[in-house]
Amino acid sequence: MFNRWILTTTTAAVLALSPLLAHAETPAQGGEIVVTYKDDITTLDPHIGYDWVNWSMIKSLFSRLMDYEPGTANLVPSLAESFEVAPDGLTYTFKLRKGVKFTNGREIVAGDVKYSIERAVNPKTQGPGAGFFGAIKGFDDLTGGKSELLSGIETPDDQTVVFHLSRPDATFLHVMAINFASVVPKEAVEAAAGDFGKKPVGSGSLVLKDWTIGQKLVFERNPDYFVKDVPHVDKVTVEVGQEPLVALLRLQKGEVDIAGDGIPPAKFLEIKNSPEGAAMIVDGEQLHTGYITLNTKVKPFDDVKVRQAVNMAINKERITRILNGRATAANQILPPLMPGYDKAFTGYAYDVEKAKALLAEAGHPDGFETVLYSTNTDPQPRIAQAIQQDLAAIGIKAEVRALAQGNVIAAGGTEGEAPMIWSGGMGWIADFPDPSNFYGPILGCSGAVSGGWNWPWYCNETIDKRAGEADAMSDPAKAAERQAAWGKIFTDVMADAPWVPVINERRVVAKSLRMGGPDNIYIDPTRVINYDAIFVKP
Amino acid sequence: MATLLAKRLVQSCLILLGVAAITFVLLYALPADPARMLAGRSATAQTVENIRRELGLDQPLLSQFLHYLGNLVQGDLGRSYAQKTEVATLIAARLPATLTLMAAGIFVEVLLGLTFGIVAALNRGGAIDRIVMASAFVGVSAPQFVVALLLLYVFAATLGWFPMSGYGTAAHVVLPAMTLGILGAGWYARMARSAMIDVLNQDFIRTARAKGLSGRRVVLRHALPNAILPIVAMIGIDIGQFMGGVVVVEAVYGWPGIGQLAWQAIQQVDIPIIMGVTLTSAFAIIVGNLVADLIAPMIDPRIRSH
Repeated sequence: MFNRWILTTTTAAVLALSPLLAHAETPAQGGEIVVTYKDDITTLDPHIGYDWVNWSMIKSLFSRLMDYEPGTANLVPSLAESFEVAPDGLTYTFKLRKGVKFTNGREIVAGDVKYSIERAVNPKTQGPGAGFFGAIKGFDDLTGGKSELLSGIETPDDQTVVFHLSRPDATFLHVMAINFASVVPKEAVEAAAGDFGKKPVGSGSLVLKDWTIGQKLVFERNPDYFVKDVPHVDKVTVEVGQEPLVALLRLQKGEVDIAGDGIPPAKFLEIKNSPEGAAMIVDGEQLHTGYITLNTKVKPFDDVKVRQAVNMAINKERITRILNGRATAANQILPPLMPGYDKAFTGYAYDVEKAKALLAEAGHPDGFETVLYSTNTDPQPRIAQAIQQDLAAIGIKAEVRALAQGNVIAAGGTEGEAPMIWSGGMGWIADFPDPSNFYGPILGCSGAVSGGWNWPWYCNETIDKRAGEADAMSDPAKAAERQAAWGKIFTDVMADAPWVPVINERRVVAKSLRMGGPDNIYIDPTRVINYDAIFVKP
Repeated sequence: MATLLAKRLVQSCLILLGVAAITFVLLYALPADPARMLAGRSATAQTVENIRRELGLDQPLLSQFLHYLGNLVQGDLGRSYAQKTEVATLIAARLPATLTLMAAGIFVEVLLGLTFGIVAALNRGGAIDRIVMASAFVGVSAPQFVVALLLLYVFAATLGWFPMSGYGTAAHVVLPAMTLGILGAGWYARMARSAMIDVLNQDFIRTARAKGLSGRRVVLRHALPNAILPIVAMIGIDIGQFMGGVVVVEAVYGWPGIGQLAWQAIQQVDIPIIMGVTLTSAFAIIVGNLVADLIAPMIDPRIRSH
């Protein structure tokens, strides 16, 4: 009657470790490491934090019902020992692991899961992730202020949590693995009196021992963490306010183990070509696509031929060279790592003559004038200039407007404001490895609203309907069918050409020679740095 | 003295109010929407709306401002939008580092500036004067970033005399203070030179020389006190400037000062922090000038009669 997928603790642990074992490099226990970042850590509150620096730390400070195998996009139960999905996809039942404790010593019970998700959704928390839980019954009452609770979460006993959904949501298990679904102890949240983000208490692999504002954070290994021998390091000191160039110098001298901001473009080739460069640079694929939006509500981009012509006019290879080769040219919306990516799809090849012909066919033989928005931090304005030159080659005179990020976002979300936006610095990095995450807010009709992130203001109702249907296929047995449906949706969107997919950018992290483990735990697709998995070589 | 203080106090409050009002209006006139920045990409329109309401951003600007002022009077700078922590806590945590760097930086720039300024004045028109003035010009126009990185590379990364980054010991403060000192000394050197030249041409200096005082005594006891007034006024201004943070120097040396806090807040449109730092800086400028005004009569008795 039920689709069952029950994994015992042992198999989960084996699965979690398998990618490491495959590399034949057995992680050593112990060691203290130093990690640097330029920006201060804003918050470690899992229901509020939403930047790529605090994301990895929150991952390891807290646990969630579901998680991913290190370095991969494969979902596995974590705080949950097992789960069941009802055939209609509307009820999810999770059994919690027994004996897991918060680092304040109290055992985690089902009520903590319910409290935590309600806290993530409650408007008073001011959390950015509330919308992820939109499928849970009672969501509208809580966000609308009619209730303080989610009626769709039940806790029949201390080990069982039942979620009732108002609509099938195939991404629900992913949602249970994002940071916003982290389990927190109510008493610690209340004791912190609004400062839980500075005094976090969780049940993850690390514990925050000390935080000197503006200087450093000290994390230590949680000896009671429920996965055996995780984490491998004893202590992680995160130093903030560290200029990337200086962090790199310190890394070369052995004072720093991971330079979190990577390598400044000016230094990249020098490091890469140095004898130890190859071992220091971690260059990893992430779930990212950088794109140009073509505003379908602004003339002449309301004409699909014009949008297609622009797609053919952009020399993407040249843009990857501006980034020192730290990116690959993209021909579709999904990044290659994302399930649903279509290897066979070729998109619009770079062809200036064809672009000109198409533009003439659309009634613009002499081109037109338009505006291209971009953020103002290097290298984005340089990329915008490259795009400007490419456009000039087919007769389009684009004025580049390089502004602060907040202002570009505001222009994108204002109807009729920004004809073209280069997404660099704000490009879409998926919250979780499911193709649907690349649709709703950025290409779906629901995102084409004032203040939304659908900057091409693209709304194709047929495709929207197909997206809804694909998301309702929550039966795990239909996963392949669903993935294929999503893949087709994205290649079909390209026929309408609301975007020019330009590049898939890789993230670069620099690490010291004593750090061990494969690259994909330093740039983990769901975590960035995976503090659970990294280790110091013996 | 009491009347001067009272008058200054009232003036100061009005200036702070003006600074608060102007900053507030400018920040809220930006097209960037703090609620949208906070909510991030995946947030639904409703989430953004809820955040806006919780932050009070849906209220009319005037009532937001009055609300802010009401809290300010009670010493409450509000909570950061992004960090959710009290702004006062965040600023207080960075105050010791900012004050240390301010004191050390001003010490170095005044020391260097005065020395070179006096030497140049005494050698007016000579080769030394030209070299000093040319160096001062280079110092004034050199980019902070370059000087900071150069000192760091030579004295920390290569020679290893000082730590590369951080805060806590006396060794940590040397390079950031030297950077600020070298860059600021040019202004002081020019100021000291011209003030000294003015004074050295006065009759009383000739008298002092005529009665057979040593050159050193003439310069240090008779000329310098008369030339130092503009320098004191300049220190007052520098106090305020350094209190607002020296973003580049702080960034290069990983110095946990107010500048880094402000820089990050500006990028995140974290208005309460920006307001807090601006008001702190304005307050410091006012206090710095007040102190300079109070010291001036002690140095130059002629000011007292005014």
